[in-house]
Amino acid sequence: MTWLSIVMSGFVTYLARMTMVALINRKLLGNRIKEVLNYVPAAVFPAIIFPGVFLNDFGSLVEITDPKIYAAGLALVVGFYSRSVIATIVSGLLSYWFIIFFLLR
Amino acid sequence: MLSKSKIFFKGTTAMLPHMLSVVPFGIITGAIGIEFGFDPLLVYATSLIIFGGASQIIFMQLLSGGASTLVAVTSVGVINSRHLLYGAVLSEYLEKLSFTKKLIISYFIVDQGFAESNKYIKKNKKETNLHYHVLGGGITLWIFWQISTICGIILGSFIPDELGLKFAIPLTFLAVVVNELKKKDHVLVMLVSGFVSLILFDAPFRSYIILSPIIALITALLILRFRK
Repeated sequence: MTWLSIVMSGFVTYLARMTMVALINRKLLGNRIKEVLNYVPAAVFPAIIFPGVFLNDFGSLVEITDPKIYAAGLALVVGFYSRSVIATIVSGLLSYWFIIFFLLR
Repeated sequence: MLSKSKIFFKGTTAMLPHMLSVVPFGIITGAIGIEFGFDPLLVYATSLIIFGGASQIIFMQLLSGGASTLVAVTSVGVINSRHLLYGAVLSEYLEKLSFTKKLIISYFIVDQGFAESNKYIKKNKKETNLHYHVLGGGITLWIFWQISTICGIILGSFIPDELGLKFAIPLTFLAVVVNELKKKDHVLVMLVSGFVSLILFDAPFRSYIILSPIIALITALLILRFRK
C-alpha cells in the first residue's frame, strides 16, 4: 500500500461523488431519467442487504435456518410498522443475539 | 422555514442510529489494516482520502494479497461508483450552490447520509437550505468514521467477533428502505436488486455492487414505461 495507490483510489471515489453534483448540468437529464432516480434507494441498498443476510463470509448461500434470516425478517416487520430507524436496527441485533446466544446454546 | 443550523442538526441526529454499524465497522477497518501489516499512517490515510468503509477494507485486502495498484484502484472505483447515483439524486437540491460549495459538499456524500437526507428532502421539499441536511449527516459520519478507524488502528479490534456486528450493516440499510415497502413498484425493484446481487456476487472487482442497481433501475424504467 503506497501513498500513490491511496491518492488514486481517493481520486476515483471523489470523482464518483462529485461528477453528478458539480459537473453535470441537470438539464442534460431527461424527464424519464429523473423519474427513474426516485428508485435509487430501492435499487442500491438491497445489493448491500441481501449479501449481508443471505451469504456467509465465503460468499456462499447460508442455510435456511441461519439466524440472520430470522433476525432480518423481524427487523423488517418492526421497521415497517414503527418507521423508526433505531427500532429496526436494535430489534434486528437483539433478536440476532438472542438466537445465537440463547436459542442455539 | 427552518434555520440552517436546525436543518444541519436534523442531519446530525438522523445519523446517530447508524453509528451502531459505522463505529464497529470503523474500528474493524483500522484494526484490519494493522493486522495486514500496513503502516498506521497509511491505514489512517485511507479513511481520510478514500473515506468509504467497504472499499477501504477491500483495497487493503487486495494489496496485502499482492494485487497490483491498478487492480486495487479499479476495485475501489467500481465499488464506489454507486455514489454517482446518489449525486444524481441529490443534485436537484444542490443545483443552486456555487461550484466551490458543490466541490466541498461532494466529499461528504456517503451511503447512510444520502439515504437519510433523501428521505428528509422528499418530506420537506419546500424548505430552502436542504443541503445543510446533507452536510450535517455527512460531517457527523465523517467525524465518527475518523475517530473509530483511529481507535481500531491504536487499540486493535477489541470488539468480540462472536457478536457478529457485521450484521449491523445490512440492518442499517434495511432500516432506510423499509418505508418504501408499501409501494409495489419499489418492492419489485428491491427484489430484482437483491436477487441479482446474490447471483453476481462473485463477479470481478465486486461489480455486483453497481451492476445490481443498474439492472434494478432498468427494471424501474420498464415499470414506468409499462404504466404509461
